[in-house]
Amino acid sequence: MTTVRVAGVGLTPFGDHGDRAGRDLFAEAAAAAVDDAGVDRGAVDRLDYGNFMGSRAETQGHQGPLMAEAAGLDCPATRYESACASAGVAVKAAVEAIRAGTAEVVVAGGMERMTCLDTGAVTDALAIAADELYEVRAGMTFPSAYALMARAYFDRFGGDRRDLAHIAVKNHANAVPNEYAQYQREITVDDALDAPPVADPLHLYDACPITDGASAIVLVADDVVAANDLDAPVAITGVGQGGDRLALQDRDGIAETPAAIGAAEAAYADSGITAADIDVAEVHDCFTIAEAMALDSLGITDPGEGIFAASDGLTTPDGDCPVNLSGGLKAKGHPVGATGGSQIAELTRLLRGDHPNSEHVDDGTTGVAHNAGGTVASAVVHVWRWRNER
Amino acid sequence: MSDDAGDGVDADAADDADSITDDQPASYTAWLDALEAGEGFFLESPTGEGSLPPRRVDPTTGATDLRRRPLPETGTIETYTVVHVAAPGFADDTPYVSAIADFGSVRLTGIVRGVDPDSVDDDLIGNSVTAGVDTRATTDDRVIVFSPVES
Repeated sequence: MTTVRVAGVGLTPFGDHGDRAGRDLFAEAAAAAVDDAGVDRGAVDRLDYGNFMGSRAETQGHQGPLMAEAAGLDCPATRYESACASAGVAVKAAVEAIRAGTAEVVVAGGMERMTCLDTGAVTDALAIAADELYEVRAGMTFPSAYALMARAYFDRFGGDRRDLAHIAVKNHANAVPNEYAQYQREITVDDALDAPPVADPLHLYDACPITDGASAIVLVADDVVAANDLDAPVAITGVGQGGDRLALQDRDGIAETPAAIGAAEAAYADSGITAADIDVAEVHDCFTIAEAMALDSLGITDPGEGIFAASDGLTTPDGDCPVNLSGGLKAKGHPVGATGGSQIAELTRLLRGDHPNSEHVDDGTTGVAHNAGGTVASAVVHVWRWRNER
Repeated sequence: MSDDAGDGVDADAADDADSITDDQPASYTAWLDALEAGEGFFLESPTGEGSLPPRRVDPTTGATDLRRRPLPETGTIETYTVVHVAAPGFADDTPYVSAIADFGSVRLTGIVRGVDPDSVDDDLIGNSVTAGVDTRATTDDRVIVFSPVES
C-alpha cells in the first residue's frame, strides 16, 4: 500500500468575509494548496470536499462540482457532510482512495460561510447536528449540549470554570502569530471568567466564534512525489473514524466521547504508534470542554485529566505535547465544514517548519488531528509523520 | 396544537407515519401525546434494553420485537445547564434550565420547571423529577418538561 503524502496546503484567513461567495473562498484555498504542492491541476483525480450548512447559508446544494469548477479542477467531486467533522471525513476518503489505488492526486478540504446568517439563524443551523426530535425540540442548542457535557464532566472527574479558562487563554495566545486566525489577541483567565454566560458553565470565551473560511490540501501517492520531484516530507500514516448515538441522552456516558476513542485507536493502529509517541496535536475545541474531552479520548491524558492539561502546562507551547498551536477552533475560528482540513493544513505547516509556531515542535515527528462532529457522534483522527515511512 | 419546531419543520408531518401502514411503530408525536396524557412509555427489547420511538430496531441488540413499557414515574437529573442564549424558537424562554434525566432504561432531555434559573445555587444533579409536557413561552409548541419531586 502506497504512503499518502501531503504535497501542499492552502487556507483563507478565518473570520468575516462579508459577501464573498463560498465558491470564491474555496477557490482561494485550493489555488494556494495546488501552488504549494507544485502539481499540475490537470493531474488531480478527484475532489473530496466538506461542507455543513451551505444549503442554509447560501441556499446551495450540490457543492462538489461547483467547488471543483471554482478551483479549476476537471475531476469528479463529492461533498461530504458530517457536521463539524465534514472536512475530516472528506480527507479520510481521499487518503483511502489513494491507498486503494483509485487515485494518485487528490484535493481535499472544505468551506463554510456563516457570518452571512444572523446569530439566531446560525444557532438554528448548528443545532440540526443534534437530534431534531429529542434534543432540538427540547430546547438544546450547540452550546447548551456542550454545557451538559461539561457539567457531567465536572461531576464525574472534577475541574471547574477556571480550568476551562486556562484552555481558552492558551489557545488565544497560540493564535496571536497565526496570520490565518480570526482572533489574533490574547485574553486573561479573568476575561474568560467574567464573560457573559451562554449556557452555564460555558461562557462567551469558552465558545468558538462564528467564522467564514476555507481549507484545502493536496494529497499524493508516494510514487507521484518521486516521479515529479515534489517536496512532500509529511505523510498521513494513520486514519480512523468512530461513531456514537446522535443524542446525548442515548449514549453510555455523557462525560466521555467514545467515538473519538474509537477513531484514535483505529488511527494509531493504522500508523503503528501509541499515544505516547504524539509530539503535537490539533484537537476539536469548539468549546473549551471539548479540548479536555479530546485529550482524554486521544490518550494524551488519562481519563478526567484533560481538563487540567492547560493549567498544568502539558499542552502549552513549551509543554510536552503542545495542543492547538494554530489557536484551535476557539481562537483561529471554526468555519464548520472547513475545520478538519484546516487542522491538517496547520499540522503540516507545523511539522515542516513554516508555521509561526513551528519552533515549539522543533524535535517533533508525529502529529495528530482530532475532528469531531456535533457532540462527537462522529469523529475522525489522522496521524502525521515527518519523513517517516508507513 | 402545532409541534412546529420553530424552523419551518412540521413536527407531526416529519415523523408521524402511523397512518401509512398498520405495522408502523409508534411515532414521536404518539409518544409525546402519551407522555402528555400521563401515560409515558419506552420501548424494550427482549433482553431489556430501552429506546424511544420512532424505532423499528433496537440499536443495541438489533432486536425487532420491541414492547412498550411504562416510563418510570420519576427520573434522576444526570446533568443540567442554564441556557442564556437560545435558538429563535426558545428566545422568550430564556433563561431556562435544560437537563438530561435518567429514567432507568432510557434518558430524556427536557426543561426543568419549578426551579428559578436565576438562582440555581444548589447542584441539581441527583435530584428526582417527573416528566411531562408543557408549552414553550416563545411559541405554542409542546416541550418535554421535568418537575422536581418534593422529598
